[in-house]
Amino acid sequence: MIKRDECLKSLVSKIANDEIVVAAYTTAFELDAIRPSPYNFISSGAMGLTSSHALGFALAWPNRRIILLDGDGSLLMNLGSLVTNANAAPKNLIHFVFENGTYEANGGHPIPGQDSVNFAGMADSAGYNNCHEIFDIAGFESSIGSILQEEGPTFVTLKCETGEKYPQDYRYMHSAEIRKKFAEAVKDF
Amino acid sequence: MSEKLTGSLIIQAVKESGVKTVLTVPDKTTADGLLRPFSADGDLRHVRTCKEDETIGISAALSYAGQRSLILIQYTGLLYSMNAIRAVAVEYQSPICFMVGLLGKEPGVLPTESKRFGVRIIQPILDTMGIANHVIETDDDIEKITPAINNAYETSSPVAMLIGRPPLAS
Repeated sequence: MIKRDECLKSLVSKIANDEIVVAAYTTAFELDAIRPSPYNFISSGAMGLTSSHALGFALAWPNRRIILLDGDGSLLMNLGSLVTNANAAPKNLIHFVFENGTYEANGGHPIPGQDSVNFAGMADSAGYNNCHEIFDIAGFESSIGSILQEEGPTFVTLKCETGEKYPQDYRYMHSAEIRKKFAEAVKDF
Repeated sequence: MSEKLTGSLIIQAVKESGVKTVLTVPDKTTADGLLRPFSADGDLRHVRTCKEDETIGISAALSYAGQRSLILIQYTGLLYSMNAIRAVAVEYQSPICFMVGLLGKEPGVLPTESKRFGVRIIQPILDTMGIANHVIETDDDIEKITPAINNAYETSSPVAMLIGRPPLAS
């Protein structure tokens, strides 16, 4: 199992300061603590839309890599987006799914198919260009460099568990201020 | 007063507003008169989606890049997407432009007076959510489209254009 915050720390050390990272809920809180940045787009308000927001960014800026940090519960709420995204085929999209088997933001209850669902397999069937499944931080460290260089859309399941606890400010997550910061940061892209 | 609705004139009005991307889930009312020509239009990027709420995330993201888009769906899909509309379009004040086929609405009958329950409730729901809406029933209504889309982007707010009869394919 990968500690999610360890994985995030490793990932952000390998991407540029002005790279857009789209994240959902608990992962978004951790991302914002580990990488405070106006280029973090927090997908909130309607669970599941993270993968659709990321597709929009990927289409809008085809010459910029878009890092999508999805959750397993979030993706289950928008499974069709696997097919939509694969069909749109943005070469600049890397779709990570942190799979901890629970609806973590909603009480930690198990997702349907907790022990059986194969997200990378579904992404592969949907038509993603590259699909990976990573089980530990050593595997992540050894493969992330080449994964980041792949021509997308790329899909990566990260079998994870919660690491350290980070602050969760839902008021800020839903605020106009956070979206205004992002809009200001990307206005000259 | 015109008694017809011409698809090509609607498309022209959409393009005049600066829309470059069309996000769709098929709808029988608009399938031939709008969706088919939209999908064949080389000036537009067409993204086929599996479910209507996806379009709201994609459209909102495109707007951060200053790129205008139109969502073409059926009223049933609008109803399906209510939470995404509530959050992303209304509470987060995003310029989301819907063109919505009112499947089964009787020509010449106001949507709120339709015999179809699903059609009858659309405008009251939009009004309750504070979403500007316009009925596009005949060619005389097409002049509402470009200003409606322009206003949505200028004020960063959603708008719904309700297609009241199947547009003619040519």
